[in-house]
This record gives sequence, structure tokens and C-alpha cells, in this order.
Amino acid sequence: MRTKIEVKDVQKGFVTDKGPLQVVEEATFSVGDGEFVAIVGPSGCGKSTLMNIVAGFVRPDRGSVVVDGAELTRPSSKGILISQHGSVFPWLTVRENLMFGLAGQSQREKTELADHYAAIVGLKGFEKSYPHELSGGMLKRVELARALVVKPEILYMDEPFSALDALMNLRMRNELLRILAEERHTVLLITHDVEEAIHLADRILVLSPRPAKIQSTFEVTIAHPRKLTSPEVQDLRVEILRELGVDRSE
Amino acid sequence: MNRIRQALPSVAVMVLLIAAWWAVVRLTGSVIFPTPWQVVTGTIELIEDGSLWMHIGASLFRVTTGFLLAVAFAVPLGLWMGWVRGAFETLNPLFQILRPISPIAWIPIAILWFGVGNASPIYLIFISSVFPMIVQTTAGVHTIEKRYLWAAENFGVSRATLFSRVVIPAVLPQIIVGMRIGLGVAWLVVVAAEMIALRSGLGYLIIDSRNAGNRYDLVIAGMIIIGSIGLLLDGVMRLMERLKLVRWRYAHQD
Repeated sequence: MRTKIEVKDVQKGFVTDKGPLQVVEEATFSVGDGEFVAIVGPSGCGKSTLMNIVAGFVRPDRGSVVVDGAELTRPSSKGILISQHGSVFPWLTVRENLMFGLAGQSQREKTELADHYAAIVGLKGFEKSYPHELSGGMLKRVELARALVVKPEILYMDEPFSALDALMNLRMRNELLRILAEERHTVLLITHDVEEAIHLADRILVLSPRPAKIQSTFEVTIAHPRKLTSPEVQDLRVEILRELGVDRSE
Repeated sequence: MNRIRQALPSVAVMVLLIAAWWAVVRLTGSVIFPTPWQVVTGTIELIEDGSLWMHIGASLFRVTTGFLLAVAFAVPLGLWMGWVRGAFETLNPLFQILRPISPIAWIPIAILWFGVGNASPIYLIFISSVFPMIVQTTAGVHTIEKRYLWAAENFGVSRATLFSRVVIPAVLPQIIVGMRIGLGVAWLVVVAAEMIALRSGLGYLIIDSRNAGNRYDLVIAGMIIIGSIGLLLDGVMRLMERLKLVRWRYAHQD
């Protein structure tokens, strides 16, 4: 498998009122072309900062991020970031949001493409709705469709479904897997939900508490569709939780 | 039905106030201060000789002109100051000094520069409404949430698209708030400005009614008309908050 993203010795700190604070300490990992890698870590461990660096929004103090052999200095539409709080423009309709990133086509082609992707994520009939008229789950679908419509090679997902209730979370995961089976993307997912990581990823990296550092790696070889109640999944879950410092008895 | 019940207390207060006014004028036997009914007949008099519409038209013309000039000046400038840090740092201190100066204090200078025609009150309205709108627009740009700017950056859109599809729509609710404040101040100021000179306008009507034979019924009629039109103008600005394009900002208030 060709290497798509290479993160080398990335370090990042911030200056706070209480003095300097090291947030990311030497993160090194790579993501293969078409691979789905999940990074799990405790809350506030610097996961989001790491993601913002990997996606090109924040420059690391040291180290580098290389995508397709070229050093990343700023975000590009090659990789779209989907963040926890969402960034669907509330002043644009669903269709206008999906058309936002499209360039170089006729208005009719853009509309068709936008509506096609709205249908893929199950939003047919809501093209002219405004975001405030939609539910939280539907907003996530808009966000996902807006990213997919520009045909990005990479999806950076930072706690994408953690604001949703458990049922909608599960539904969105299945939805994502269905779409990824059709369109091959490289995905980097950041989550605190171990089960979500096992459900989705080919490989799981466990981050240490701040300053974030890759502590261990788990290959997930279980074939899709994965049954979350299966013993293999449960065993892996316990193993990862132990790595995160949570014992089964707790 | 519910709305009627909601409005009931405020209507009751107004009725009581008018009744008290009537009673006090009757009891004191004042010859100068009019009764509510005299105000009504005074207003009818103004309607019949056509002067009321002339005064309202003159005031509205000055407010509209000065206000629209201020919008055309303040919105682009506010956007620029919000977006370009250097512009903000250069111009903001100047505007912070000019902003607290009452528009009334500008009257002598307005007369010196623009004479006693329409240009003076228009200038005063411009001066009074331009600063709140600059401040609101600038603050609006400063408070655009980073996640939206990041999303725009992520999709690599052109600068023109960034402004037309992200920055301006994001700031629009704040611009409308600024316009509401600006128009409110403008209406306050036009009346004050018209009291100084000129031969028309609701401010002129009030001063002229007093000077020409203590017609206090017309003074109070003018005051009530000013209040009512002010309320109407604010209502028009409130309608703008209902536009589809800015509904998102106020949607949670439903």
C-alpha cells in the first residue's frame, strides 16, 4: 500500500497564562492510500490539535506533514476536515452548501452533483432546506455530503459523530461505511470512542494523555460488516481500553 | 386572542395616562396646555390643510437620504476594518473619539459647512448613524466563527466567493442590528436638526407651533406623530430580520 500521509516528529505547544504548554509531543505515523486509520485518546489529550496540524490548518512547531510526497503548508481541497461542531453554513441551503466547494462547472452540473450527493446521504427532498430546519443527524449528513461532493482523496474526521445520540451515531457509522465501500477515500478519524474506532478503522493508534504521543498501534483485521457484540471486537476493546489506562473492572 | 391579552396591560396604561392628562388639565384649568381632544382636533387641522404630510415627507426624505448615505459608507468600511487588522488599528481610535460626540454638537458646524438647506440635517443624520453601523459591522466580522472560515479555506474558494458566500452573509445579521440602531438615532436627530432652521419637517412643526401663538396642541400632536413614525421605522427594520438569509441567526428565538 502506497503511503498517503506521513506525519514526522510533529510537535506543538502553546503559550498560556500559566506558561508554555506542550500539547503534542513527537507524533509520528503514516496513513496508507485508501486506508482508514483511527486515533483514539482521552479527552483533552491534544487530539484535535494534532488533527488540525495534519489537515494543514495549524503549523507544527517542529516536524512535518507530507501528503503524496509534498510537504503540507496549508489546507487544500484534497483533504476535507469534518469537525465535531460542524461547519455547515447556516445561511446557505443544503444545496447551496453542497455547491459551495464546486468550481469550474456549469451551474446545472453543480446543482445535479449536489443533489446526487444529497441523495447519497439520504437528504433527498431537503435540498432547499436551511440548516436550522434540520436535526443534528441530518446536519452531519450535510457536512459529510459537502465533503464528498468535491471528491477529496482524504477525509479528516475529528469526533464527527460524538455530538449525536447513540442510535444516530451508529446509523451514521453504517452510512459512512456504505459510502466508503463505493468511493475509496483515505480516512483519518479522531475519536474518544473505542467502539467507534473498532467499528470503522483498519488500524487504531492509541494516544497518550497530554502531551499527545502515539503509545501503541492495533491492526483491526475483522472483516466488514463487523458485529460489535462479537468476542473478537470485545477482546480488542478491552485491550485498547487497558492501553488507555481503563481497567475492565472499573 | 392571546396577542390581545398580551397587549391589554400596555393599552390600559396608555388609556389611564390619557385620562389622567385630561383630568389634570380640567382641574387646573390651564389655558395653554391642551386636552387630549384638542390634540386630536389640532391633528385633524394639520391633515386638512395638507401641512402634516408635507412635514412628514420632509423629515422622512432627510432621514432616508442621510441614512442610506451612511449605510453605503459604513458597511464597506466596517467590512474592511473587520477584515484587515491594519485598517482597524488605524481607524478605530479615531472613530472611538468621534462616536461619543452628540450629533447635536455638530449642528453649528453643519450650518457653517452646509447652510440651512436640506444638506445640514442630512449631514447630521449621516454623522449620527454612521458610527453605530461601522462598529456593528466591524464587530460582526471579528466574531465570525473560525470553523466557517476554515471550511471556506479548506475548499480553496476564491476571495470573491469567500466574501460573497461566507463573510458577508455571516455578518449580515449584525449589519441589520447596526442599521436598526442607526435608523433609530437618525430619527432622533432629524427632529432636533429641524428645530434649528429650515421651513419644513416635524421638528420645525413643533418649534413653529410654539413660536406662532403657543399652539401646544400642535406641539404634542407633532410629538405623538414622531413617536409613531419612529415605531413604524423600527418595525420596518425588524422585518429585515425575518429575511430568509438571516433567519438562521434568530431562528432559536422562535
